[in-house]
Amino acid sequence: MPTVIVDGIEVAIEKGERLNGIQAAERAGIDIPRYCWHPGLSVVASCRMCLVETGTRNPDTGQIAMVPKLVPACQTPATDNTVFVTTSEKVLQSRAMVEEDLLIDHPIDCPICDKAGECYLQDYHFEHGQKQRRADIRPFTSRRREMGSTVTLFVDRCVMCSRCVRFTREISGSAELMVINRGSDEEIDVFPGFPLENKLSGNVVDLCPVGALGDRDFLYKQRVWFMKQHDGVCTGCSTGCSILVEENQDTVYRLKPRENPHVNQWWMCDEGRYGYHHVHSGVRELEVRRRADSGYQNVEWAEALTEIDQKLRKAARLGVLLSPHLTVEEAYLLAKYARSIDTQALVALGPVPVVGEDERFHNGFTIRAEKCPNRRGVEEIVAHFMGRVATHEDLLAEIAAGGLRGVWVSGGYKAPSLDADTAARFDGLEILVVQDMFSSPLWEMATYQLPGAAFAEREGSYVNHADRLQTAQWAIRPPAGVRVEAGIYWRLLGGAGLYKARRVLDEVADTIRYFSVASRPVSPIGVDLKANLLAAATP
Amino acid sequence: MTPFEPILLANVGKPGSHTLAAYEATGGYAGMRKVLAEMTPAQVIELVKASNLRGRGGAGFPTGLKWFFLPKDHPGPIYMCINADESEPGTFNNRILMEDDPHQVLEGIIISCYATRAQTAYIYLRYEYPLSYDRLQAAIDELYAGNLLGKNILGKEFSLDIYLHRGAAAYICGEETGLIESLEGKRAWPRIKPPFPAVEGVFRKPTVVNNIETACCVTQIAARGVDWFKSMGVPADPKNPRDPGSYGPKLYCLSGHVNRPGCYEAPLGLTCRQLIDDFGGGVWKGRKAKAAIPGGISMGLLSESELDTPLDFAGPGKVGCLGLGTAAVVVLDETVSMVDFLHNSCRFFAHESCGQCTPCREGTAWSLTMLNRIRAGKGRLKDLDLLLEIGDTMGIIPGTTICGLSDGAAWPMKNAIRKFRGEFEEYIRRTNPTGYMETAAVEALPVLAHH
Repeated sequence: MPTVIVDGIEVAIEKGERLNGIQAAERAGIDIPRYCWHPGLSVVASCRMCLVETGTRNPDTGQIAMVPKLVPACQTPATDNTVFVTTSEKVLQSRAMVEEDLLIDHPIDCPICDKAGECYLQDYHFEHGQKQRRADIRPFTSRRREMGSTVTLFVDRCVMCSRCVRFTREISGSAELMVINRGSDEEIDVFPGFPLENKLSGNVVDLCPVGALGDRDFLYKQRVWFMKQHDGVCTGCSTGCSILVEENQDTVYRLKPRENPHVNQWWMCDEGRYGYHHVHSGVRELEVRRRADSGYQNVEWAEALTEIDQKLRKAARLGVLLSPHLTVEEAYLLAKYARSIDTQALVALGPVPVVGEDERFHNGFTIRAEKCPNRRGVEEIVAHFMGRVATHEDLLAEIAAGGLRGVWVSGGYKAPSLDADTAARFDGLEILVVQDMFSSPLWEMATYQLPGAAFAEREGSYVNHADRLQTAQWAIRPPAGVRVEAGIYWRLLGGAGLYKARRVLDEVADTIRYFSVASRPVSPIGVDLKANLLAAATP
Repeated sequence: MTPFEPILLANVGKPGSHTLAAYEATGGYAGMRKVLAEMTPAQVIELVKASNLRGRGGAGFPTGLKWFFLPKDHPGPIYMCINADESEPGTFNNRILMEDDPHQVLEGIIISCYATRAQTAYIYLRYEYPLSYDRLQAAIDELYAGNLLGKNILGKEFSLDIYLHRGAAAYICGEETGLIESLEGKRAWPRIKPPFPAVEGVFRKPTVVNNIETACCVTQIAARGVDWFKSMGVPADPKNPRDPGSYGPKLYCLSGHVNRPGCYEAPLGLTCRQLIDDFGGGVWKGRKAKAAIPGGISMGLLSESELDTPLDFAGPGKVGCLGLGTAAVVVLDETVSMVDFLHNSCRFFAHESCGQCTPCREGTAWSLTMLNRIRAGKGRLKDLDLLLEIGDTMGIIPGTTICGLSDGAAWPMKNAIRKFRGEFEEYIRRTNPTGYMETAAVEALPVLAHH
């Protein structure tokens, strides 16, 4: 097994693994500071912050021969017997010099900079920088320049790492960002008339190690140290990017991508990134209501659920629409509940929102036309209960044929999923329960209106287009008056205690072959459910 | 001393020297014809290796070895780039060769391409040389017309196209990978190495980058042989097996405070004083020399007492200069203020730094702001220590930058302050009597203009 030695620590790497010094050091638990290197972009070795000493160890004698000059760890391959030294006097002085260099012309306006608290310049200054400023003092405020509709640039904070420029060339392929001028006059800019307008534009703000690139959606809204991060899954489309939901006191302020080599690498699209505002929309439904002759009346949850349960039992012939926005656990529980009342209950897949075509970018990142996170997962749940994938059309046909008396429609849609004409076809039922976030034609016909949760409030799993199951943590509590679907279904099924997604997933994995691999703990980057097919195939 | 019979400059000054007819009349292209008829490409590489020819562009890398680094059995295409960017301050020998003897240059290029199996050569010419451009292009056109360029040269299987590509006035385009990036139409940010151009150069194909004067040396080696080339210069140090020596003739550019500035040819190893006195007519106006740049400003400074340093690849390094560089000597007489000199040098490098790597981008700018402040009468003694620290830490030699521009920026700072420290200290004390001892950071001077 090839071995790399970092500060005396031996790190074993796989034969054929191509690592650089930074990655090898990471394995040894050592963080080599850097600005310009990023695992998802080409190596430019221009910031010079990652300079280390390197050498080779003679495998026979154990003698170490060091190279006399410093080398960037990002461009130095870590192979068998490569030696890295990251803590020598030479290395520490070099880092202090680079850090000092970057601060010479920097406005150092942390009090008004969004990046404070997650800024490489701040962090590295404290860890590696000079104790005192030696360059001439020149306090000034950064100039600001808009790059496009999503990103703004604080010109003078830029450290010329060129990550953003490389992103627009290598990942989005749109090449809007460039460097202008030469030497210390260099700035990032866009060509006149060609602003930064591509659907992956928000990623350059994640990439920026300092506060130069700012997210116009997030600008000045919240200090990062007040926010808590929760592992989540983007519910914008069936790509299912791993994300972080950042919130403070139950308000979502920002979504960021989470590294997932199987799904989204380090990126997410703007639709997903900025697609959380509906969570705090002022027109979200917050009250449980019951239809009466005089109009809708508010009801308490407990009372409403008791009544609904009774009326569903009385209706006896049931149908449920499982929205592709529900988690696997929620879909399963709702179907199970319906079947616990009517063993022949029709379990159908809710309307699947599709907009346009799949959009593939330069490096392969794809924004999918299917604008929901869990059609695959819900489909398989439907198939398990029905033996086929029944759709909302099947359910409407059954209603028309008089075969159903009670229907529960689940939601989570950002916009009405059924138009007025289709909604009209739900007329004539004994009981129609509509559970969703926003009003819609169908909502206005419901016997019981139950306000539903948004993605940030759900805990549960989604299966993306490639059969990868990922589990999201809940990030915020739903607004007062709203209860998360999962908890309601759990309670209706007589479940004891708090709803925990993992318990339900255990049952789903045990019950439905498609999900069987998920019986083991699911890692933060998810699990490929197709592995179960291999297991099924091998005798 | 016996006057040296110029070889590289032999045709310069003769009427019509830039034409094919004049060139061939004095034996031009005979060497090339012999090479194409009698030698294989591998034999030509061996010939140039045996001559110990070292590149004349500034780095002094053995040319034959550079050619030898090309991957064998590469399907191609292999590119030859001729570096005619000549932006090292004080250097103008390439210009004279291109204007007055372009065929000597082209013959060397053709032989070099034959040896390296390059079928395309790009001459990267700095924009500020319009006459060189016209003369080279005319010479190239003559060669195409005479079947000495293009498909199947002289009826052989060897084909070569030479393209003349103009730069746009950036010093960094003289750095070999900066040149390649610019040639490809991109911003001239030098590439990180490895991979080296021999493996991945122009359009990521194997490439050799050679200087104009180097190409002319190849012409003469092919015409006159290895023994002739090695009959002049400074032999390799027998105690150092890795020393390739400093053989052959060199074009010395002499300028500054001398009576007869100009380009002079002599064997490598001429001392600076010999160049000034025997060729340049001595320091002008009856004055004495105070210092001299030995090989383009990037190499640093020789003090007056160091003027007996031989100008070969090993000489200037022994007295604290970066190296021989382009052997462009600029003489500074006793009335020159070293503070002015250093200010000018810092201004040049700050302007020319490509800006991609932090130590050079910020280091050159920081040096300039300090020199600005010193000259404005607000300097501190501490600034001298900072300038030395910047100089000692930036460069490809310590490994802190991507290319050698920062070493070039550092050496004038280090040499000027270390060899003339007294003058700097006196200047600072005199112009800033109340603030020269300050060690804490001071307010920056207000920025009046920003170009």
